[in-house]
Amino acid sequence: MSDPVLSVRDLSTHFFTRAGVLKAVNGVSFDLARGEIMGLVGESGSGKTVTGFSLLGLVDAPGRIVEGSITLNGVELTTLSEAELRARRGREISMIFQDPIATLNPMLTIGQQIKLAIDAHERVSPRAAQARATELLTQVGIPSAAARLRAYPHEFSGGMRQRVAIAIALLHRPSVLVADEPTTALDVSIQAQILAQMRDLARETGTAMVWISHDLAVVSSLASKLAVMYAGRIVEAGPTARLLRDPHHPYTAGLIASLPAMAKPGAPLNQIAGSTPSLLSLPQGCPFAPRCTHASRQCTTDPDMTQQGDRQWRCFHPLGQTAKEPA
Amino acid sequence: MLGFIIQRFLQAVLVMAAMSVIVFGGIYAIGNPVDIVIPPEATQEIREQTIQRLGLDRPLYEQYLIFMGNLLQGDLGRSFVYNIPVLELIGGRLPATLELVLISVISATVLGVSLGIYAGYRPDSWVSKTIMAVSVLGFSVPSFWVGLILILFFAVNLGWLPAGGRGNTVEIWGVAWSFPTLDGLSHIVLPAINLALFKLAMMIRLARAGTREIMLTDTVKFARAAGLSEGTILRRHLLKLISIPIITVFGLELGSTLAFAVVTETIFSWPGVGKLIIDSIAVLDRPVMVAYLILVAFLFVTINFVIDLVFALIDPRVRHGAAT
Ligand SMILES: Nc1ncnc2c1ncn2[C@@H]1O[C@H](COP(=O)(O)OP(=O)(O)O)[C@@H](O)[C@H]1O
Ligand code: SF4
Ligand SMILES: [Mg+2]
Repeated sequence: MSDPVLSVRDLSTHFFTRAGVLKAVNGVSFDLARGEIMGLVGESGSGKTVTGFSLLGLVDAPGRIVEGSITLNGVELTTLSEAELRARRGREISMIFQDPIATLNPMLTIGQQIKLAIDAHERVSPRAAQARATELLTQVGIPSAAARLRAYPHEFSGGMRQRVAIAIALLHRPSVLVADEPTTALDVSIQAQILAQMRDLARETGTAMVWISHDLAVVSSLASKLAVMYAGRIVEAGPTARLLRDPHHPYTAGLIASLPAMAKPGAPLNQIAGSTPSLLSLPQGCPFAPRCTHASRQCTTDPDMTQQGDRQWRCFHPLGQTAKEPA
Repeated sequence: MLGFIIQRFLQAVLVMAAMSVIVFGGIYAIGNPVDIVIPPEATQEIREQTIQRLGLDRPLYEQYLIFMGNLLQGDLGRSFVYNIPVLELIGGRLPATLELVLISVISATVLGVSLGIYAGYRPDSWVSKTIMAVSVLGFSVPSFWVGLILILFFAVNLGWLPAGGRGNTVEIWGVAWSFPTLDGLSHIVLPAINLALFKLAMMIRLARAGTREIMLTDTVKFARAAGLSEGTILRRHLLKLISIPIITVFGLELGSTLAFAVVTETIFSWPGVGKLIIDSIAVLDRPVMVAYLILVAFLFVTINFVIDLVFALIDPRVRHGAAT
């Protein structure tokens, strides 16, 4: 594998709230190769969004990155000044969000918003900007793009708004796009269209993606590898097909078992019992232990990440493996 | 857009018609002006003549119809007391109020919105906390007291600024204005500050609340993720997104201050409309009161109409009649 465009090591982002220190992201590591799509999955509240914002250096107060390193195109981001970070946002790394209605400014035309994003990094003539905007909107599947530049967001459907947001995010052909559940709010059919287009775009432009979703089914159709997040950490990672066929972490197995396609017709879905622990006071040992049917005494200590080939897991009693004693 | 304008215009006409009935009926109910207009020693004959001349012997609805007929021809009647046309009387006082109010409301808005955006953008800095503390003062200290303190401090103790009156004026379009002369301007400063403090406090609060809300939205996060600078975000995104409530309050404050600058005008002997009205109420000068209230209603209806138009101009969702 060539050098990764994005390399994250031991990233921890904590919120210093009145109620205490909330460990939203707690030692996350992964690599992303050029054009690669990684799915980041996990229940709501597991720290996926905060991980995404950390990558762009956009964690809101009272949160901050307390530890770890983020290397983008060979440059360490965590030590950069705000101005240096800003110069990279939108150009080398960008992000799209779940709700396309909330992301675009309702009072500016699509063309004005694209122009602002161009101006953030380049000096171009209004005519060149317009040509660029038109080309980009066409690329993300917006018909009669030139005419639509003068339209306002409310004149577009939800799916079209998300395409506009995608176009803005890809304007400067960034190396990495963080996509935070961008199709969750959309119809299933539109979701499928957008997913297919994103896969093509990633291939054409070489943009790598961190595709965040709480829905394993959505990401597995798109991502070549998966990282499963639980309570602020990655508990299992590996190539999509093998991870789905042969999960090692009990939490991953639970997520797969709860997929609608896995349920017998007419039978209820197999949800994982219990809920995510509070990130304010994580229990001693494996955070999944209270919900885990495989838990043993050993699980009252914290399992380390085990690496084997291109698979990783954080569990003392991995499924489909002979149990390994910690070193 | 045209349909929208016509609809709002018809609404405005209806409101004005209703207001005229209420004002006319209300003023009629509060007292008989005959005793004021006619000297107590007048004979019964003179008394009856005067009542007839003023039309006070007709039934109320007839008086109203005559009043409305004249009103539509631009005639609001004559003052009982000064015996000159009411419009001339009010028109002569209006420029003084107008320049004072415009200066104070506009400065309060520009300054208040800037300070409010800063306080909303950096809510935890000590500068912001100071701004907010000052705005609490602006809300809670009574206006007449501030006026007296301003006079005491800047006019009496320091002697920097005059305590009252309009100072030198210049005629423009046949009307006297104070603001173009340095002396006139120095006379405006204290009453303008007096009028502005409350509005300043309100604009600070409004802009701060809007800024805090907008800065947390995905719109701002997305703009940041696209690499926009904070300055661009404030100028191009925030300012537009917080503008709707600010424009509304600006319009209503402009209207209510034009109509009710009474306290400040009295304290600073500013010869504006507010003082005229207080005097008219004291002597039950009915035509002046009726005309004034009708004009105030007209002012508010016009301002609301203009606010609606401005909304339609700056917010495409209003313009297109969209729900979201
Ligand atoms: N601005 C914030 N202040 C305090 N806590 C926050 C903030 N943003 C996120 N969190 C907390 O961080 C944790 C992870 O949130 P998030 O990354 O949004 O989860 P996910 O995207 O996986 O659903 C949650 O417990 C959430 O409450
Ligand atoms: S470490 Fe223990 S408790 Fe945690 S997932 Fe593995 S078996 Fe379950
Ligand atoms: Mg999220």
